[in-house]
Amino acid sequence: MRKLDSKVPPGPLAEKWVKYRSTMPLVAPNNKRRLDVIVVGTGLAGASAAATLGELGYNVSCFTFHDSPRRAHSIAAQGGINAAKNYRNDGDSVYRLFYDTIKGGDYRSREANVHRLAEASTDIIDQCVAQGVPFAREYGGELSTRSFGGVQVSRTFYARGQTGQQLLLGAYSALSRQISLGNVSMYNRHEMLDLVVVDGKARGIIARNLLNGKIERYAAHAVVLGTGGYGNVYYLSTNAMGCNVSAAWRAHRRGAYFANPCYCQIHPTCIPVSGDYQSKLTLMSESLRNDGRVWVPKEMAMVEKLRKGEVKPENVAEEDRDYYLERIYPAFGNLVPRDVASRAAKYVCDEGRGVGPTGLSVYLDFATNTMRYGRSVAISKGQPDASEAKIRQWGKEVVSAKYGNLFEMYEKITGENPYETPMRIYPAIHYTMGGLWVDYNLETTIPGLFALGECNFSDHGANRLGASALMQGLADGYFVIPYTIGTFLADEIRTPRISPEQAAFDQAENEVKDRIEKLLSIQGNRSVESFHRELGVDIMWEYCGMARNADGLKTAQQKVRKLRDEFWKNVFVPGAANEYNPELEKALRVADFFELAEVMIMDALDRKESCGGHFRDEYATSEGEAQRNDKEYAYVAAWEFKGPGQAELHKEELTFENVELKTRSYK
Amino acid sequence: MAHDEIRLTLNVWRQKSAGQAGKFESYQVTANTHMSFLEMLDVLNEQLNSQKKDPVAFEHDCREGICGACSLVINGRPHGPMQGTTTCQLHMRHFDDGDTIWIEPYRAKAFPVVKDLVVDRSAFDRIIQSGGYVSVNTGGTPDGNAIPIEQEVAAKGFNAAACIGCGACVAACPNASAMLFTSAKVTHLATMPQGHVEAQQRVLNMVSQMDGEGFGLCSNIGACEAECPKEISIENIAQMNREYIAAVFGSNRQAAK
Repeated sequence: MRKLDSKVPPGPLAEKWVKYRSTMPLVAPNNKRRLDVIVVGTGLAGASAAATLGELGYNVSCFTFHDSPRRAHSIAAQGGINAAKNYRNDGDSVYRLFYDTIKGGDYRSREANVHRLAEASTDIIDQCVAQGVPFAREYGGELSTRSFGGVQVSRTFYARGQTGQQLLLGAYSALSRQISLGNVSMYNRHEMLDLVVVDGKARGIIARNLLNGKIERYAAHAVVLGTGGYGNVYYLSTNAMGCNVSAAWRAHRRGAYFANPCYCQIHPTCIPVSGDYQSKLTLMSESLRNDGRVWVPKEMAMVEKLRKGEVKPENVAEEDRDYYLERIYPAFGNLVPRDVASRAAKYVCDEGRGVGPTGLSVYLDFATNTMRYGRSVAISKGQPDASEAKIRQWGKEVVSAKYGNLFEMYEKITGENPYETPMRIYPAIHYTMGGLWVDYNLETTIPGLFALGECNFSDHGANRLGASALMQGLADGYFVIPYTIGTFLADEIRTPRISPEQAAFDQAENEVKDRIEKLLSIQGNRSVESFHRELGVDIMWEYCGMARNADGLKTAQQKVRKLRDEFWKNVFVPGAANEYNPELEKALRVADFFELAEVMIMDALDRKESCGGHFRDEYATSEGEAQRNDKEYAYVAAWEFKGPGQAELHKEELTFENVELKTRSYK
Repeated sequence: MAHDEIRLTLNVWRQKSAGQAGKFESYQVTANTHMSFLEMLDVLNEQLNSQKKDPVAFEHDCREGICGACSLVINGRPHGPMQGTTTCQLHMRHFDDGDTIWIEPYRAKAFPVVKDLVVDRSAFDRIIQSGGYVSVNTGGTPDGNAIPIEQEVAAKGFNAAACIGCGACVAACPNASAMLFTSAKVTHLATMPQGHVEAQQRVLNMVSQMDGEGFGLCSNIGACEAECPKEISIENIAQMNREYIAAVFGSNRQAAK
């Protein structure tokens, strides 16, 4: 086993980053111009990194498989972004954000990285405001905030239900400016299909031009990946259709360790599955749990009546409802962290009390708070005796101002009006905490290869808190990598421009071409889509989803192998290599998902404890809560590629010097 | 709600590449009313795959109405018949058994066809690159609360910034004008105090780039606003015109107010 050096700088927690930043090696401006950096991905992490590195003077080439950098899936984040501004004077601080994130992550993240994230959070808000991001404002013109799960302060900044869109457009505008200044060369519709490693250092990528299928080589002194997570291994997730693991996986195959792949976040509030034609699941923002109360009927008799349509949910009497989150977790109520809320929904549905046609959903009900808001408006209007209808109307107006676009989206998809009847929700795969292993510099185990945002594993432990993904993506891109990349590039100032005309590039390019040739030559009888669905829905969600156990995981392992064999014998990929071919793009991505799936299962088998998003049936308290095993499992599991379906485990022991390891309690 | 099946005739524009002529092909598809429009096209493509035929190329990604990747002109209307709805959020419950649906790509000189229903919208990126930003580098920015912004101002900025860059406005316009797209960004940044400083140069540069890309002129038809899936207001065009005139004639910032 290799000793993994996290390179966490010495000194007290709160001083590490400040001191390190002030003493790390720098690259002089005249030398930056001679150094090339490749950035793959244009989400919050990639776009902010490319823009900032371009501003600093590096020669940046930036790649996305989309037709425009603005399409990256960060755009879909709804609820908000956390920052320890303490504008509300409600007791927030950098330390509290750090602590909440460590605790929310179930004590499986690296203290120093998380503290740095909390420190950077305040700068992010300032940066985005300066870019003209239209955050929500209070009457006095100050920035508005709201609360998210797992937290008792109000530190989430937002722009209606489209915070990700507005932040991404901010990063995209910064990137566009650098493109216009000639500091960044932008390659749209280019998909990274391999990493090129020369003499042990990441020196370039092989990319496919998706318009004409041409395989192209790009060389640089360093490569930065901001390519997102791997939730689409489950086929049905809240990820966009194009989200994939391929860039990270290809880096993994070239020597970058993959950390904690079993940590997947299941988001409690998604629109439930309605049929087997379904292509994706849609998230309803966690912010809804500020005002939505989660419930199922207390008794089976009522469940039956609801399913038969004899009773409407809005007419079920209070005493027949079980607001189970408020009942089990009185301290946090409906705002418990995502993993806790998801499992609770699973339990009540497993008991048979789930509602809707499939029995796999619970209600998210806004009636109570609509009336509360309405009464508040009535008082402020000086009409405390207004009719109930009027109060309800005023309440609806308040709710609409807060969540209007989410309510509309829900109605478009389900055909039901959530102002009148409770929403139906169910957990779905949303985010992946695991990712490429990185040290404090965000450098992977391949020197010169960096990973940012969801693509790395570093900040969220076993469970991410709401509104922290945007924070991490932008912290890494704007405020961490611009400094830490210098630790590698300072030693490269004498390295001449890297030539793509050398053996390592030849080899990587040939391997990519062979893979494409192979996929096109099979000409089997099953579509890529059908393999992906079976892998994701029938195997991964079933056996490696919300709850896992050793038997199921071993079954899954066999099934994945069998299906992978079939894929390589029986997949049908239409069209040719040298043309615009979306089916071929999908086939390459699904092929990598097959290999990833096996390592996820291996990791889930290895981790004989329950923590955060990883829940093993065998390791639960008598009350059904996750039971961690800090003695044996307080480590990061970093897997080294040893061939498809094979990997060697390396451990990074997690040391907690500032936080006492405790059983998470939200009761 | 029953899972009603509906049988549809689809007339889909097929075009191998920009250089080759395209034509409509007719297909029969059985869909169900809970599907989204794109899931219905998935069914068609699975059908074509099983017949070892070339699937229909169309762009899509988030399938929740925010990334702006999906497009399509459905029965003559960009993103189909529903107000304020992207194609990916359009559901089949709005169609009836036996319907015939015509599906075409966006048609505009500045959006050349890539394949079938996929067009190249990179002209939009170049318009943003010409000035759709605040020239601020990372770091050293003032505190977020240093400049209070009235709720209405932030809301106006947001309403303009909600544009998803899908190009429906161009496809809807008989002149294939990009005025709504360009004006939305001009208005967003001219509204937020952070964008005031560069407002004049920004509008000149962006309009010049827009014209250079081959988009048509605006003749106040209003189809852009009517078809915009995010309901971006045509008032933005009026504001851009005011900004432009102010910039050309060297007036001061009064025009923005």
